[in-house]
Amino acid sequence: MRRLFLISVPYLWLLALFLIPFVIVLKISLSDTALAIPPYTPQLDLTTGWEGIKSFFGALDFENFVWLTEDDLYWKAYVSSLQIAVFSTLFALLVGYPIAYGMAQAPEQWRATLMMLIILPFWTSFLIRVYAWMGILSQEGLLNQFLMWLGVINEPLIILNTNKAVYIGIVYTYLPFMILPIYSALEKLDGSLLEAAEDLGCSRFTAFWLVTIPLSKNGIIAGCFLVFIPAIGEFVIPSLLGGSSTLMIGKVLWEEFFANRDWPVAAAVAVVLLLILIIPIILFQRNEQKQREAEQ
Amino acid sequence: MTQTVFAPWEDPNETPLIQFKGVTKRFGTFTAIDDLTQDIYTREFFALLGPSGCGKTTMMRMLAGFETPTEGQILIAGQDMANVPPNERAVNMMFQSYALFPHLSIWENIAFGLKRMKMPKDEMNARVDEMLRLTRLSKFAKRKPHQISGGQRQRVALARSLARAPKLLLLDEPLGALDKKLREETQFELMDIQEKTGTTFVIVTHDQEEAMTVASRVAVMDDGKIMQVSTPDKIYEEPNSVYVADFIGDVNIIEGTAKKTSEDGYDILWHDGQEPFHAKTTRQLSDGQKAFVAIRPEKIGISPEKPEGAMNAVKGKIIDIGYLGNISTYHVELPGGVMIKAQQTNTRRLSRRTFTWEDEVWLSWTLTAGSVLER
Repeated sequence: MRRLFLISVPYLWLLALFLIPFVIVLKISLSDTALAIPPYTPQLDLTTGWEGIKSFFGALDFENFVWLTEDDLYWKAYVSSLQIAVFSTLFALLVGYPIAYGMAQAPEQWRATLMMLIILPFWTSFLIRVYAWMGILSQEGLLNQFLMWLGVINEPLIILNTNKAVYIGIVYTYLPFMILPIYSALEKLDGSLLEAAEDLGCSRFTAFWLVTIPLSKNGIIAGCFLVFIPAIGEFVIPSLLGGSSTLMIGKVLWEEFFANRDWPVAAAVAVVLLLILIIPIILFQRNEQKQREAEQ
Repeated sequence: MTQTVFAPWEDPNETPLIQFKGVTKRFGTFTAIDDLTQDIYTREFFALLGPSGCGKTTMMRMLAGFETPTEGQILIAGQDMANVPPNERAVNMMFQSYALFPHLSIWENIAFGLKRMKMPKDEMNARVDEMLRLTRLSKFAKRKPHQISGGQRQRVALARSLARAPKLLLLDEPLGALDKKLREETQFELMDIQEKTGTTFVIVTHDQEEAMTVASRVAVMDDGKIMQVSTPDKIYEEPNSVYVADFIGDVNIIEGTAKKTSEDGYDILWHDGQEPFHAKTTRQLSDGQKAFVAIRPEKIGISPEKPEGAMNAVKGKIIDIGYLGNISTYHVELPGGVMIKAQQTNTRRLSRRTFTWEDEVWLSWTLTAGSVLER
């Protein structure tokens, strides 16, 4: 009985905060837009009984999903989001791996402090940090002033309101999610394995390539998914740092919902986004499970 | 049939494979190795024995190239190793933790070093298979290290370090993680493999039995210094100091003052009013000098009456008996409170044991049973 209760807690949580909202969104995506509150039809009216339920289900259709394939805005936004997410993940890996490696190599007594420094940005609101990047990247911003003072450039660089700023924003924001799993994999690495590799004829670099990288593979995979999954649906960063040419599905969704007040199409966009994300999420789960099995 | 005894260290024409020349290694202010000079010869099975922190592992890591001497020189096959990195030495090491690559199969682990040598594929396959056969691992070639037992892992580590056919194989506490029975089996296996491959082995261990079993020569270390280097039997029978005598096996150490009685005979006065012990030694001691007699418990006889014609005989009382099955150790108190351990083989059943607690017994030993030591 007690066990059943304990197990039911997370399931009830998921039911109330994920499954029920998802069913509602799915229903909206199958509805039609209307000038009403809420702005879609049909509404389920249980007072009319069985007839009401029949006409309610009869009015649902896949029109909005068909629409997503007809207007090229949507698939272009999906592709562009995917592209931005993939490259951001790659940059985050290139920046994050050396940081994680450095942390794992640092003397024991330093590591807790370094870990703290990685987590420290979370103490400030995400929104404020993104606004801070506007102050850094704008034409009169800190970065341009600094580079001009150094004499590296004569004219300010245009970074803000381009995809470059979006990349910087995403890599900056999600970097800790890349660093932490890689660090935890590298920290566990037994130093004698590298000595053994050297003893068996490896140079330092080949030992790194043949031992360190493969043994931190699970950390790399986990980090990549943790960056990729939120990055693909990112909305705040592209709308604040990106320009008019930055096309991301999160922004499209926002515009459909708030600017166009077309809830059904917005819901359809969300459902498709979720379907796209399910694949990497399942792969991520499988990686985690494999890692757990390997550790047993 | 004459059998040549393997003792290259006694042959002045033999050139050593490894030479430590005045090697000192310091970590900060801590001196791990203190001005050490030692030769090790080809095909030797050389054991470094000592308590933890005595510098034996540091010595080995310097041979592997993971540490560089602060002062002095290490030569391998006549070549100064100062600037040779680990991956360019004809030396392989078997790590205490085995350090098997967890992401590679047993086969790939053994092939790892061969791949770095750019060995042709079919030659490499043959070599790996040979190593698998030598260590009786052929069945497990496809498994990952975490899927085999501790003893098998230990053999993989050995196969991997032997695969490159090193001139010198270093073994860092290789059997530490195995249980006693498996350890004993593996010791003989190691000796067998060493003989078959003709490789020079240097083994680091804190287990004196292990060192005695496998090694051609044992170096007993303490505090960054080698106290004595000799064959296992000489280390045991003729220790050069109280430290070595005490470190290897069980021993009774009796302190006294020396008195010369003949060319090589001494009396050791160990207690006022008692007859001195008589002993023979080639060591020269002056009269009145402080001396120690070290006697192994199994060399002491125990009897109810004073034995006829015994050179050394002393009466005492049994305080304690340690029953080990095959042997029993009797703790006997001599006049003046000196405790002596004497061992006897239990040729009779326990119920018919001759001696029991509180019995007055006579201990006796010969002139040469004990070693006379100066320090």
